[in-house]
Amino acid sequence: MTTPLELDINLLELSGVAKRFGGLSALSDISLHIRRGEIYGLIGPNGAGKTTLFNILTGLYQADSGRFTFNNMEYSGRCKPHVLAQAGIARTFQNIRLFANMTALENVMVGRHLRTSSGIWGALTRNATARAEEHAIVQHARALLSYVGIDRPHQTLAKNLSYGEQRRLEIARALATDPKLLALDEPAAGMNATETENLKELLLSIRASGITVLLIEHDVKFILGLCDRVAVLDYGKKIAEDVPEKIRCDPAVITAYLGTEPIIPAQAGIQS
Amino acid sequence: MRNALKHLSSKGKRGAWIAFVMLAIVLLALPFFTEELFGRGWVRIMDFALLYIMLALGLNIVVGYAGLLDLGYIAFFAVGAYCYALLGSPQLGLHLPFWIILPLGALLACLFGVLLGAPTLRLRGDYLAIVTLGFGEIIRIFLNNLNAPINITNGPQGISMIDPIRFGEFSLGNTHELLGLTFPSVHLHYYLFLFFTLLVIFISLRLEDSRIGRAWMAIREDEVAAEAMGINTRNIKLLAFAMGATFGGLAGGLFAGFQGFVSPESFGLTESISVLCMVVLGGMGNINGVLLGSMLLVVLPEALRHGSGPAQQLLFGKTLIDPESLRMLLFGLALITVMLWRPAGLWPSNQRRRELVAENDAAQL
Ligand SMILES: Nc1ncnc2c1ncn2[C@@H]1O[C@H](COP(=O)(O)OP(=O)(O)OP(=O)(O)O)[C@@H](O)[C@H]1O
Ligand SMILES: [Mg+2]
Repeated sequence: MTTPLELDINLLELSGVAKRFGGLSALSDISLHIRRGEIYGLIGPNGAGKTTLFNILTGLYQADSGRFTFNNMEYSGRCKPHVLAQAGIARTFQNIRLFANMTALENVMVGRHLRTSSGIWGALTRNATARAEEHAIVQHARALLSYVGIDRPHQTLAKNLSYGEQRRLEIARALATDPKLLALDEPAAGMNATETENLKELLLSIRASGITVLLIEHDVKFILGLCDRVAVLDYGKKIAEDVPEKIRCDPAVITAYLGTEPIIPAQAGIQS
Repeated sequence: MRNALKHLSSKGKRGAWIAFVMLAIVLLALPFFTEELFGRGWVRIMDFALLYIMLALGLNIVVGYAGLLDLGYIAFFAVGAYCYALLGSPQLGLHLPFWIILPLGALLACLFGVLLGAPTLRLRGDYLAIVTLGFGEIIRIFLNNLNAPINITNGPQGISMIDPIRFGEFSLGNTHELLGLTFPSVHLHYYLFLFFTLLVIFISLRLEDSRIGRAWMAIREDEVAAEAMGINTRNIKLLAFAMGATFGGLAGGLFAGFQGFVSPESFGLTESISVLCMVVLGGMGNINGVLLGSMLLVVLPEALRHGSGPAQQLLFGKTLIDPESLRMLLFGLALITVMLWRPAGLWPSNQRRRELVAENDAAQL
């Protein structure tokens, strides 16, 4: 890790990041940068390597090569997930990974773990400091639950929430870590039109609060309508990166999508 | 117990106080009633039940809270017991006071927990279970063989004539007359063990409902998500291991002082499995469940052992099945039944949550 320089306009910079699984090149030579305060979209056909990129950003996988700078610090090489979370990268998972048998409130409270410090001694004595911290955790978690729009009793077990609520609970849990970059892996998957619309509002409000958003989505219309800039992955390579208007008519992107599924939704989006 | 404590904290309702006082009286009078009704042997069984409760609560932190399958847990019990035995018996000629060796044994067990945990906790699920199983056996085999070339543990014969637990001149090994009541040794140990059991319950309750406890449960629920949320899983798991081991070591020290004799035989794999059964049968991660599980698994087999012989005599005129084998048979049957009908244990921890939901919703309305 290097010493912080002047605050850069780029929050995240990747250069030449590659990841192989045996013979499969899941990511090759990915370079991109995400600016502070933008909503950055990541699209691409199934198996393009989007989730793999997230896993590298959050330390679940180690990149084989390349440089990775976040908030002016370098995190190339071995870096534990909790270190990256501490640095300010929080994520949600494509296949929801909540703490199923914990309550909605407890799920978000776990997100406060790395911004709090009570240990065994605090837990046993419940001294003034520990109690105050615990109280603050609960308040913060409650506020986040209503912020993302979960108005069920907060003691409901996570596994008993509806699908859309679970997705939003994951966002609340990630927000509880006070992230600088919120990385969402297909947050709109399985949501109906209203829920998707609400999600869009939520993401805009999160961005307005100063958090940079990185978004994987298959719903091309959704992503092109929301993001400031979009990168397109195909077979582990970045084939385009631009503002949505340009992405829509990029020939490489259209070919990539025609290879698997036609980009009709996006073109329909242009016409409407 | 748990409910009594919880209610107490909620603005001292009178009813709760009365319940608490009643419970205290029952717990204090229990050895006398038991002796009166069933004989002194049963007070001894109660003492063992309390030791097992401590062990099960310790293992509950590792298995129930943090979700780490530990099949060698009894090793920490052994460490505590042998620490007490070596420092308070003619074996090495050392006779340190009880209040030094007991914490020392717990601390040593904690250290062993960290030593075992540090290299192995990166393993998951079955692999961790195998390694801990191996660790448990290694400790037992060491104790079995450390009698040559220098005799430290006295090998398979074990260490006998261990000092009784003693507070100054007051030895728990003797019968005492207090306030016109006669307190035999088993009664005195009962009170001491009850104190430590309550302490362990208190610690477990506090830990469960804390930042650390939540981190343990998060790891149990989904380790990947937990570390992505910024939990240093290695340290937090190590903490669970160390806490569990400490309780194990504590129970071990008390066991050695109570029994006056320890041998490697008491610390085999079957013991680890028994304690695990108590946790699983009762309901992993739920203190009430663990209490229930340990009491059932100590008391029922004993009841069978004492009851099945005479019952068979009465029914068939002779003993058809040896009570000991019948015990194991019914034990296995009970476990299978419970696992088939109530896979989450007799008193699963979600129950607690459902209670909580009801309470909090009522409070919010
Ligand atoms: N742990 C792993 N081991 C082996 N191969 C993997 C692993 N993780 C991902 N892959 C492979 O890497 C490629 C990229 O997968 P990835 O999950 O990143 O795709 P994706 O873009 O997220 O796709 P989707 O839209 O389906 O989620 C796939 O071919 C996948 O099979
Ligand atoms: Mg994916």
